[in-house]
Amino acid sequence: MALVSLRDVTKTFPPSQRGGTPVTAIDRVSLDIEAGDVYGIIGYSGAGKSTLVRLINALESVSSGSILVDGVEINGLRESELRRLRLGIGMIFQQFNLFNSKTVWNNVAYPLRVARTPKHEIGPRVDELLSFVGLSDKAKNYPEQLSGGQKQRVGIARALATSPRILLADESTSALDPETTQEVLALLKRVNEEFGVTIIVITHEMDVIQTLATKVAVMDAGRVVEHGDVFDVFSRPRELSSQRFVSTVVRGVPSPSELAVLRERHHGRIVTLSFRDGNTSQGDVFLRLAQAGIEFELVYGGINDIRGQVFGHLTLALRGDPPAIDAALSDLTTTVEITDLGVTSSGSGA
Amino acid sequence: MDDLIQLLPKLGQATVETLYIVALSLLFGGLGGLLVGLGLYTTRPGNLYSSRVVYGILNVIVNVFRPIPFIIFLAAAQPLARLVVGTGIGNTAIIFTLSLAATFGISRIVEQNLLTVQPGVIEAARSVGASRSRIILTLVIPEALGPLVLGYTFVFVAIVDMSAVAGYVGGGGLGTFAIQYGYRQFNPAVTWAAVLVIILIVQAVQFLGNWLARKTLRR
Ligand SMILES: Nc1ncnc2c1ncn2[C@@H]1O[C@H](COP(=O)(O)OP(=O)(O)OP(=O)(O)O)[C@@H](O)[C@H]1O
Ligand SMILES: [Mg+2]
Repeated sequence: MALVSLRDVTKTFPPSQRGGTPVTAIDRVSLDIEAGDVYGIIGYSGAGKSTLVRLINALESVSSGSILVDGVEINGLRESELRRLRLGIGMIFQQFNLFNSKTVWNNVAYPLRVARTPKHEIGPRVDELLSFVGLSDKAKNYPEQLSGGQKQRVGIARALATSPRILLADESTSALDPETTQEVLALLKRVNEEFGVTIIVITHEMDVIQTLATKVAVMDAGRVVEHGDVFDVFSRPRELSSQRFVSTVVRGVPSPSELAVLRERHHGRIVTLSFRDGNTSQGDVFLRLAQAGIEFELVYGGINDIRGQVFGHLTLALRGDPPAIDAALSDLTTTVEITDLGVTSSGSGA
Repeated sequence: MDDLIQLLPKLGQATVETLYIVALSLLFGGLGGLLVGLGLYTTRPGNLYSSRVVYGILNVIVNVFRPIPFIIFLAAAQPLARLVVGTGIGNTAIIFTLSLAATFGISRIVEQNLLTVQPGVIEAARSVGASRSRIILTLVIPEALGPLVLGYTFVFVAIVDMSAVAGYVGGGGLGTFAIQYGYRQFNPAVTWAAVLVIILIVQAVQFLGNWLARKTLRR
């Protein structure tokens, strides 16, 4: 039984002006998020990512379909029941959304007061959370006295105060510089690993998915167009929008214009080797080419690592005896996927 | 000058009366304005108690009554004052009418200042399961407290201004004093003495307001 389960969920916003057309922000989405997952949701602006997570903690209500959180249908719950649901779901935001009129300590204590936690338990709990996020010395400060990374750590402490099982992170690192982003991601990773909190992380930064997520869903125009293990989706993106996303971090097969540039600079037979199953060793492939007496040059591409699994695309220019190249390539097809881009017309390798 | 010295006890009494009228009007008008302002803010489409109908009604009422010049409002509201506080003249009537007029003016100031609270902050509070009334009391008002204090300071000055016409309905205070003993007796020194006291009161309150606002804003 999935921890969060969406079935045919649709969310339509009424038109902003009279006579306008309603906006379908979420369009018949079904998705299962298992306990312990770090589930990434990616997609371009306006794809419906924020709306999707806001449906999960019922900040927005569904137009149709069903959402089960821990087996409980949340569509149609009363306001008081929704408040109880939200106590079990933390949320962090791109703009942090800290309470500026309250100290760091009181920001973190706020959800506990909402939950009517006994006073003598609030103190130790807040101290414990602040020490977890490394901000014990900032307890008495106000949010405006903190850096962006520190603010987000307060946001995380506040979101975790009532020990929720689920954490929703909407673009939680998009306002941070790369170094601070890594700090916050490392903290979120600990939240997942040490407390077993299921994290649903929205991002347009592939980096975030790569370092944090185990599963990913790609959204486009309100629909989930592709989902699965991060490695599978990234190494074999099926849909155009997923491919575009993946191509922002992973160089794939060169496009025709890139190929034209490559042909000007390198001669020989150009092939792209795609490593997709996570275990194939590049060294092994190179060794076999060398043994076949083929001269090769790496001209384009890159190799990526997702949680220890390797994938990527390497484009090589091969030079040598054409039949030997043919033989070597057909030998290699058993280990890697090969896209043959042909021989440069001007300077053939023969 | 001798006249002024003779009039000093009366000036003192007028000052006390002005402070009394202004303080009570600010209290009632301030509370009324806070409630109506909260009503405007919370029922505004997309907000916590979003309701097009209630917001529309409140909006029209405030828009209709707020721009009426106070001296006309004072005359027009006299029957209502008789009905509610039992008299249409004197300090009680002026306090009632001032409170009413201030309610409309303050409600807009309150609404505008509450609107400066970022929607994301309210969303964060909703996401931890806070109820709407809790959000308003423990979050929206504290977050907007600095600007609210400045807004109320501004209103205080406006009420001092409006209270000067109390004499028209038989009320007392510095305005009445200045007209009665200064203007009508062709004694500018007396008028200027009343002006000086008003300036002192306004300055003192403005200073206090700024100080309080700075304290709540901690900047
Ligand atoms: N409260 C609302 N009222 C009307 N339309 C809305 C509302 N919230 C979102 N939408 C619309 O729903 C669609 C999806 O918005 P959403 O904020 O979920 O996108 P997103 O994927 O989070 O985008 P971004 O990456 O820019 O944050 C958009 O077309 C947006 O205009
Ligand atoms: Mg968004």
